[in-house]
Amino acid sequence: MTMRLRDLIKHVRAAKTAAEERNVIAKESAALRKAFKEQDSTYRHRNVAKLMYIHMLGYPTHFGQMETLKLIASLGFPEKASCSLLCCLAHRLGYLGLMLLLDERQEVLMLVTNSLKNDLHNRNMLIQGLALCALGNICSAEMARDLAPEVEKLMGSINPYLRKKAALCASRVLRKVPEMLEPFAEQAVALLSDRNHGVMLAGVTLMLEMCHADPAVVTLFRPQVPRLASLLRSLLGSQSYATDTDVSGLTDPFLQVKLLRLLRELGRGDAESSDAMGDVLAAVASNTESTRNAGNAILYECVQTIMAVESIGGLRVLAVNTLGRFLAHRDNNIRYVALHTLARVAARDPGAVQRHRATVVDCVRDADASIRRAALELVYSLVNEGNIRELAAELLDYLAVCDPGFKPDLAAKICVLVGRHAPDKRWYLDSMAKVLRQAGAFVTEEAVAGLAGDRLVEARGRLEGEDAAQVSAQEAFDALRAILTRHGFGDCVLARTIERVNGVTLTALAKLGVRLPALAPQVAELLDRFSRAPAPEVQTRAVEYARLAAARGGLAGAVLEPIPAAEGGAGAEDLALVPAEGEEAAGNGGGTGGAGLLGADPAADLAALLGLDAGAPAATNLPAPGAAPALAGWSLQAAVPRFATLRLSPPSGTSLAGPGQELTQRLHVVNSAPGTKPLVLRLRLAFQRDGAGVTDQVEVGGFPPGF
Amino acid sequence: MTIKFILLVNKQGQTRLAKYTENMLGTEDRCALEAEIVRKCLVRSDKQCNIVYHDNYKVVYRRYASLFFLVGVDNEENELGILEFIHCVVETLDKWFSNVCELDIMYSLETAHYILDEMCMNGCIVETNRSNVLAPVHLLEKATT
Repeated sequence: MTMRLRDLIKHVRAAKTAAEERNVIAKESAALRKAFKEQDSTYRHRNVAKLMYIHMLGYPTHFGQMETLKLIASLGFPEKASCSLLCCLAHRLGYLGLMLLLDERQEVLMLVTNSLKNDLHNRNMLIQGLALCALGNICSAEMARDLAPEVEKLMGSINPYLRKKAALCASRVLRKVPEMLEPFAEQAVALLSDRNHGVMLAGVTLMLEMCHADPAVVTLFRPQVPRLASLLRSLLGSQSYATDTDVSGLTDPFLQVKLLRLLRELGRGDAESSDAMGDVLAAVASNTESTRNAGNAILYECVQTIMAVESIGGLRVLAVNTLGRFLAHRDNNIRYVALHTLARVAARDPGAVQRHRATVVDCVRDADASIRRAALELVYSLVNEGNIRELAAELLDYLAVCDPGFKPDLAAKICVLVGRHAPDKRWYLDSMAKVLRQAGAFVTEEAVAGLAGDRLVEARGRLEGEDAAQVSAQEAFDALRAILTRHGFGDCVLARTIERVNGVTLTALAKLGVRLPALAPQVAELLDRFSRAPAPEVQTRAVEYARLAAARGGLAGAVLEPIPAAEGGAGAEDLALVPAEGEEAAGNGGGTGGAGLLGADPAADLAALLGLDAGAPAATNLPAPGAAPALAGWSLQAAVPRFATLRLSPPSGTSLAGPGQELTQRLHVVNSAPGTKPLVLRLRLAFQRDGAGVTDQVEVGGFPPGF
Repeated sequence: MTIKFILLVNKQGQTRLAKYTENMLGTEDRCALEAEIVRKCLVRSDKQCNIVYHDNYKVVYRRYASLFFLVGVDNEENELGILEFIHCVVETLDKWFSNVCELDIMYSLETAHYILDEMCMNGCIVETNRSNVLAPVHLLEKATT
């Protein structure tokens, strides 16, 4: 025989360690299993109660599911009147066990359908209530179909206790089987004229559920708006009666909240019903006491409703002012919901949010993570071209001091905002540099890649003209170094991402080093440091770039040459990455030699074209593969539009024998209509490697105007 | 728009009552979820707001002496309303057990569940009036004494 529930609880409480507790439970579970096997029905009641306790503690109880079903099935017999209350207790336990213990096996629920049906017909209201509750909490689609008639009938019961439960049960039935909506719709409306608050609450909840299940039903319910409005009005300031549902001086705030929610669904997008509810919404918004939480709950709901329906301007102002009061409230919960509501209405009413800008920015710095998060959501919709400088400055200041857990979110948000609303490129770069310096470790790969590309274009632009080039380049270098060093070597969390970010950053760094000889020593130092990085990809790149920089000047310069600005930052990044692959072949000189070859070709073309930019004859440089088989049968075909002329000189050779060799071919292009028509060039490469033919075709455009 | 779960947890983070209204989870997932949420809520100070995010839930919690009441809701729910509901539950339990404490709930888990079921069904609030909630409980408990 197993012990009593009380004793089990005592034993568990006496357990000093988790292991001890597990032991007690394991022993008891074994005893229960044995009892179930022996079909011991005397203590079934107690055993199921113990299962519930064990379940609550978080131990497996699936072995007891059948026992629970048996307990419910054994209830099927009609009881004598004298023991009907005891019988109710047994029902209660059975259904409770059913709701708690039967989690995964929905199919076994079919076994209790019959018991539930019997109990819904029982003459005892408590048993009917228990059955409705169980059905409302667990019923499946199949059960819903079988038992819907019973639920429907009980919704019209003379007993309010059953009416309210049946109405909520119906909402579950509809959630499972939406097409059964029709018979319930009329009854739901009938519940609105009930005198019992619980029944009204259940009726409104059911109507809401119907609106969600089938948007068409909204039009069916719209005629009820005046009735709902007058019901809501009757709840306002009528403390004289219905005291049984009062909460801190308000009549049934739960019903008020639900009514406001239903009005919102019905008034959304319909001017006529919005008009019909305008007065009562105004009354709620201006008369509700806001010193207590219950009152604020109603106001919160009311504001949401006003903002969602087609309200007139005056009402909206009232709602926005209420939100303003909420935002200034001392209670953090109220501030939280105010931010949350503002975020929702931002799309429809941007002005409302702009009015509270300062407060919102303050909230981003709040000590409370939930408030910060809500405020940050809101900042998204708050920012525009006009105020980005100001807001970004504030956010950046805060980024420097906020706690580490919040930095990733904040940094990501700033990156997106700066990227989307930046008034000019220079400001964008400066801001991004600041973000990187403050929170380099948290910035996403995309942001860094985009930035590195842009930075390159910008640095080039500056080199050509401005004096400040050296200074800003130093800044760029600092930013890149910040990313690299913040990411560090060994952090294995997010290792993949960090690896890629570091790779991209190294590429940008190498480019910077080539472009600005003054920085070269610093770049070399960093590259050297990362040539010992544990991540193979990062290490390879660092070594490659170091070798590249050390190689004869022309090679690094050509490989890392920027492409014309017109192709944009992302393009620069993509193309610049390609030669890295080609160089891998040269650097490692190993078996990977062939793989990078194809990738190297467009870059070689590019180098040729960039030479053309300067108006001088160009050289096509092709890094030779290391130990890979020789390249033979080189041929380059080029085509230009009719308004340009092209002269193709013969190549310096048609094959490459080994590492270090170079192949040069010159192209002379003359544009006869400079400034009016853009120059484009199509190149077709063909060569043989390992005896296999390789061809590649590229189209190159985007030359600076004037060529 | 519905309540997803109601948890009662003590200061040590031990679950004292758990009621899920949908997405029946397996034992392990349930334990993991409870541990996560409890960890998040228990570290917060009194001054911070009573709402925390967890996955796609919002958890509204309230502390009463050594007991935490945590209610998981979806994004549509009125958080302040839920706070009020938690208070209502506590008042009801308090009325039934007269000065409810952790041990009352542990030793009368079944009754506590029954009271909750009278107040909340399928994630919706059924009844908030204390006497209405407790009437059937009184009727039933008479049988045991």
